[in-house]
Amino acid sequence: MTTLADNRHQSMGMMTLLLRSLHLDGVLLTGIIAILIIGLAALYSAVGQNANLLISQIVRMGVAFTAMLVMAQISPDWLRRASPWVFAVGVIMLALVLITGDVGKGAQRWLNIGIRFQPSEIMKLGLPMMLAWLLHDRRLPPSLGLITVCLIVVFVPVSLIAVQPDLGTSILIVLSGAAVIFLAGIGARYIFGAIASALIAMPLLWYFVMHDYQKRRVLTLLNPDSDPLGAGYHIIQSKIAIGSGGLFGKGWLNGSQGQLEFLPERSTDFIFAVIGEEFGLMGALLIFLVYLFVVGRGLVIAAMAQDTFSRLLAGSISLTFFFYVFVNTAMVTGLLPVVGVPLPLVSAGGTSMVTLLAGFGILMSIQTHRKLLAR
Amino acid sequence: MAKTSKLKDHWAEQRLFVQRAVISAVLIVGLSSVVMLRLSQLQIVDYEYFSAQSQGNRIRVQPLPPTRGLIYDRNGAVLAENVPNYQLELIPEQVPDTHATLLRLAELQLIDPDDLESLQTLIDEHRRFDSIPIRRRLTDTEVARFAVERPRLPGVDIRARLTRHYPYGEAVAHALGYVGGINANDLQTIDKSNYAGTALIGKISLERRYEPELHGEVGHEEVLVNARGRSMQNLSAENATAGQDLILTLDIESQLVAHEALEGRRGAVVAIDPKTGEVLVFASQPSYDPNSLSIGMSRKDYRALQEDPDLPLFNRALQGTYPPGSTIKPIIALAGLHYGVIDPDDPRFCGGYFSLPGNTHRYRDWKRGGHGWVTMRDSIAQSCDVYFYEMATILGIDRMESFLRRFGLGDKTGIDIGGEKPGLVPSRDWKRASFRNKGDKVWFPGETVITGIGQGYLLTTPLQLAHATAIIAARGEQYEPTLLRGFSNPATGVDEYIETSALESVGVIDERQWDAIISAMNAVMQGRQGTARAVGIDAPFTLAGKSGTAQVFTVAQDQEYDTEELEERMRDHALFIAFAPLEDPQIAVAVIVENGESGSGTAAPIARRVMETYLRDIL
Repeated sequence: MTTLADNRHQSMGMMTLLLRSLHLDGVLLTGIIAILIIGLAALYSAVGQNANLLISQIVRMGVAFTAMLVMAQISPDWLRRASPWVFAVGVIMLALVLITGDVGKGAQRWLNIGIRFQPSEIMKLGLPMMLAWLLHDRRLPPSLGLITVCLIVVFVPVSLIAVQPDLGTSILIVLSGAAVIFLAGIGARYIFGAIASALIAMPLLWYFVMHDYQKRRVLTLLNPDSDPLGAGYHIIQSKIAIGSGGLFGKGWLNGSQGQLEFLPERSTDFIFAVIGEEFGLMGALLIFLVYLFVVGRGLVIAAMAQDTFSRLLAGSISLTFFFYVFVNTAMVTGLLPVVGVPLPLVSAGGTSMVTLLAGFGILMSIQTHRKLLAR
Repeated sequence: MAKTSKLKDHWAEQRLFVQRAVISAVLIVGLSSVVMLRLSQLQIVDYEYFSAQSQGNRIRVQPLPPTRGLIYDRNGAVLAENVPNYQLELIPEQVPDTHATLLRLAELQLIDPDDLESLQTLIDEHRRFDSIPIRRRLTDTEVARFAVERPRLPGVDIRARLTRHYPYGEAVAHALGYVGGINANDLQTIDKSNYAGTALIGKISLERRYEPELHGEVGHEEVLVNARGRSMQNLSAENATAGQDLILTLDIESQLVAHEALEGRRGAVVAIDPKTGEVLVFASQPSYDPNSLSIGMSRKDYRALQEDPDLPLFNRALQGTYPPGSTIKPIIALAGLHYGVIDPDDPRFCGGYFSLPGNTHRYRDWKRGGHGWVTMRDSIAQSCDVYFYEMATILGIDRMESFLRRFGLGDKTGIDIGGEKPGLVPSRDWKRASFRNKGDKVWFPGETVITGIGQGYLLTTPLQLAHATAIIAARGEQYEPTLLRGFSNPATGVDEYIETSALESVGVIDERQWDAIISAMNAVMQGRQGTARAVGIDAPFTLAGKSGTAQVFTVAQDQEYDTEELEERMRDHALFIAFAPLEDPQIAVAVIVENGESGSGTAAPIARRVMETYLRDIL
């Protein structure tokens, strides 16, 4: 018995050692892997048990894991110095997309330089890095002047993404920037001021910025039955799928809404409805709690971080990850308009998975590259 | 600043951060609760409601394919229609064993055993609850044979569907084309949602050219389906917009006459209305049965069609290029008049051959001993070669080339079906660019000589010849040939005609020059010594024409013919162009009969019969 316990102790030790030498955070990694496994099961069902599609998703996971490993090796100091450059390259690429980019699904989002990718993905990490770099050696909470500079830095990439047009991504990037500024400790009056001006800006957005299809989605959210064949179809079918799942679900691969292809975009933006239908409320809550666990671990890493740059960046990454989960699940359950945000780490599709795991790589780097500070 | 930053209070900042992180966590918990409450509402409170929606009846939106437009001739005769037909369909989810079912169907001779594998693939590519057509157009006996076995073949059923039918079969096939199943290539050119539910698409010629108009717009219906995806009840429908009907310029009666006149031969007849460019006859023999192609021919039958040495799939009217032979003479003569190099009344002596100065090579006339003294009119009526050898030499290749091009030769006419061949009008530049050997790049005077009688490199399609003849008939005015007169809206019954587009006139403005040429062409058919006098003299209307024969130079070495057939294929091509009536030309026609030997003997009677049929109403 003792030898068995010793062995286990020894193997645990080996594991910790391995994780530490790879600059990985075991707690965070466990949560991520749990989400990926649940996600693969849901995806396999959503794509109609097509093994090829599943394999390509696994391949994408492999690429994303590599990105995470690479980011975890880069020390926060190095990352901080690279921040303005990453941001600058991102802005240039976003400008190039508008000039030369490939058009897909009515929007110009892709840049083709050997490989096709969306530069807006770079900005998901590039913007919080830039803001954290701007704020890291300033006295916090930031002054009004500094806040203005930050807002300009947010505005440039977001406006470039919004005109592509890609509403979902621009909202998430605004939120990632807002998270940095909020975590930097700006005063309550600024926060309430921002909320007030957002309320004022809404009608302006409605009349001058939003595309017809985006307006239609908002209107359909308020009254899905008004357009049951078009935009409302998504929400109606998604609610039927989730609602009919009940407490325990219809069972894996048995969701009729998903399997009979009533549910549109079931392998991408609406995969949460497949989970709700097949695994029921219990399954949906379980994956939601795992998401919260990952977010919580991210915030703990942020709070334990040793310098301002790391704290702000880690905090922003964690909060943005939560925004993803919230916007997607709220959208699929009919609480928010269909803005086209995938369920992180679960929806099929490559680029967002790579960005997300690269972000977690940064969190792990912050957690594992600790300096010995004299207290 | 750098100094102050060193002095900033790290402990205070970290406390501030932790405070903000806690606020964030509270916010996260709040927002998460909203989602979780929403999930509970949907999955517990409203479970009954959504479960009923899901498990009982559901709404499915399914496409309503539009009815394909019909095709009419210029007088309203139906050339392409949709007829209901029985087809065999299979729904995979209801079939216990797909492989065994297919084998049984093959045993019953309802499907071709060779197709088993491709059918299995077809089934695998579809959704389990789709109804997949596995055999189009069943005969009555096949329907009966299936009906007996039906109880033992769950998931397989017979459905009535619309398929394409061409009442005149192969007589109009080369103009209409045919329809077929939508393949991977087609999918790249069409709007997939508009073709949801559509099984057939135009493959070639008019069916393909006017595919967007013929197809129409897809509709949708909402049906209540049960848990297995089967339709229970129709809820609402947005009807499909049927495709437009096409009204063609073809006259089916003349077309049938042309088709039958070419029966058993290889050749083409094209007739054009000189006043509009409307194509009245567009026949090419041999032809194929568009009905059997539209059902989906077996691979073996299709290969037989492709490998037939008479090339039934080859559209001779549009793509066959032939030396025009003597039919080019009226245009060469007109060039002589236009450039002022000849006096039409000045007689020239034809002694049976022509030689270039300082050269002993003899270019022979078709008539041994020659025609004696001939004017331009005589030279066209009797088709004297020597007269045109001489005229070609005087004109030179450059002027001939530019003049022939004005008549649309050497270039696509722009007819509204795809695949047209441009033919060839040779020039010095063309020769320089097309030949490899330095010695061949030079234009030789002898090549000018034979171009004058439509031989050598000159190549025209039957369509181009008819177009050029229409230009002569219209005294230089020309219109882009078209097969489409207009569209008819099946819903409203409103016909909408399309104005044909006029092209630039050939630019010969002296009416006396036209008179000279046209009267000479009239003499071909109705003059004392005309080559086609036998055909034209007793015609009930005035007409003008020109015969031609074109030498067949080579027979490909790898083609196998028995001697008799080889001999037949070495004979000259017979050509004829004509228009009528003289005073108000309404039809211009070109006829080509491959290896028909005599233009006036073989091709001219066909031209006359076609014109007589078309002019039946004014006679």
